[in-house]
Amino acid sequence: MNNTKATFLALALVILTSFSSFASGGHDNHGEAEKFVPGDVIIHHVLDNHEIHIGNFHIPLPIILWDNGKLVGPFSSSNLSHGNSYLGYVMDHEKIYYADETGSKVILGYDEKTKEPIHSKPLDFSITKSVVGIFITSILMLLMFFAVSKGYKKRAGQAPKGIQSALEPLIVFVRDEVAKPSIGKKYEKFMPYLLTVFFFIWIANLLGLIPFIGGFNVTGNIAVALVLAFITFLITAFSGNKDYWLHIFWTPGVPVWLKATGLMILIEFIGFVSKPIVLTLRLFANITAGHIIILSFVSLIFIFNNMYGAGGGFGVSLVSVIFSIFMFCIELLVAFLQAYVFTLLSALYFGSAVEEHAHEH
Amino acid sequence: MELLTPNIGLVFWMSLAFLVVLFVLRKFAWSGIISALKEREDFIERSLKSAEEAKALMSSLKAENENLLAEARAEREAILKEAKEMKEKILADAKLTASEEGNRMIAAARGEIEKEKNQALSDIKKQVGEISLEIAERVIKKELSDKGAQEALVEKHLSAAQSN
Repeated sequence: MNNTKATFLALALVILTSFSSFASGGHDNHGEAEKFVPGDVIIHHVLDNHEIHIGNFHIPLPIILWDNGKLVGPFSSSNLSHGNSYLGYVMDHEKIYYADETGSKVILGYDEKTKEPIHSKPLDFSITKSVVGIFITSILMLLMFFAVSKGYKKRAGQAPKGIQSALEPLIVFVRDEVAKPSIGKKYEKFMPYLLTVFFFIWIANLLGLIPFIGGFNVTGNIAVALVLAFITFLITAFSGNKDYWLHIFWTPGVPVWLKATGLMILIEFIGFVSKPIVLTLRLFANITAGHIIILSFVSLIFIFNNMYGAGGGFGVSLVSVIFSIFMFCIELLVAFLQAYVFTLLSALYFGSAVEEHAHEH
Repeated sequence: MELLTPNIGLVFWMSLAFLVVLFVLRKFAWSGIISALKEREDFIERSLKSAEEAKALMSSLKAENENLLAEARAEREAILKEAKEMKEKILADAKLTASEEGNRMIAAARGEIEKEKNQALSDIKKQVGEISLEIAERVIKKELSDKGAQEALVEKHLSAAQSN
């Protein structure tokens, strides 16, 4: 009974916030920029942000700065909204500069050529929207897998139950379809990382697909993808055995002149370094592209609204909504697929690092 | 382009959060989950194997039972057959003994009859002799009333006996 009530309440809330969100979105775009520029709006939504928008509510997030060896903050990002300065810092397009001015509506000095502000930029360690997304994902993972682990302890040797039975097929999938065939006998050493990275990417991807909670784009942020790929790279490098390094620096079965001139080493080294880059770009590009496509379909409504009035907007909205729903379904698939691909490629790299060559080739 | 520039703050928080999650889960969740999964799979495999073994054992037992049953049946058959043969033999023996006994008894009876008959015959002979003697005596008494005739007869019989 309680569950049904709670579900209805949640549904009602979602519907209410969605209406207000659309209404406010339209007003904001008209009010601030006079004309609707879809590219800017989309990029703004895809990029990181110093506040979270849920409907009409703007949740300010803490700002932490590292300015020449000095920690500044944390202070609320609401202090920097609408061009206001705080402790001499000013925010412009989500970037924070030290303007050394106080007051509201600070006008920044711009460079003529690069069109970038000329002020010094402290390192931004703020808890941004993406950092919140990372924390939510982390906490969800800890809660989920502590519960799963407890289930295994409580019902040792018995059939799984609840969240344990929901996640067990995925854990077994990562073990049997990803780790075992790609790595071989030594797969167990890499299981904790592979499971963590798989579930982290998957949950973060799904978090980005939940509408009306601020539009998280965690895995679609290049920094997040880069960190994950770099950890894969480090594990590969540190678990590489003699054969692995021999293949990179003195590839067997290749003419000596190729090896001696360093050409082979160059090629192998490019392969070695390009792996994490490819991992980064694949994850980042896939997730960001999905968000951009969905946002583009939504933007179409506003574009047609501006061009042909409310009738045009309404007509296009029917098509747009259908396409958006279709894209959401695809994105659900992509969310899983990218987690799988990232884990699989990581496992393949680990596999090549620990592989034992019985024969020279 | 801004989209492709990783933010140092995000890199820091991401590394921190991810590594914390990785190490905490590795220590407190993954090891337990993976070993529990493995244990359960081993258990299931073992159970299946032992079930298979039990099945094989059952079928071998069944075959053994059937063998035993067949053996018992054959034995029963043999015993029955033997008993039948025995019965027949006993019957035949009995018949033989009975007929032999009969024959023997008949023979004995015959002997007895013969003996009795001989006895009777000899009795009759004796009686006939006695009667004859009596008759002869009377005849002789009558004939031998005188002395001369007696002597002549004795003489006559003596000579007859001597010639014999």
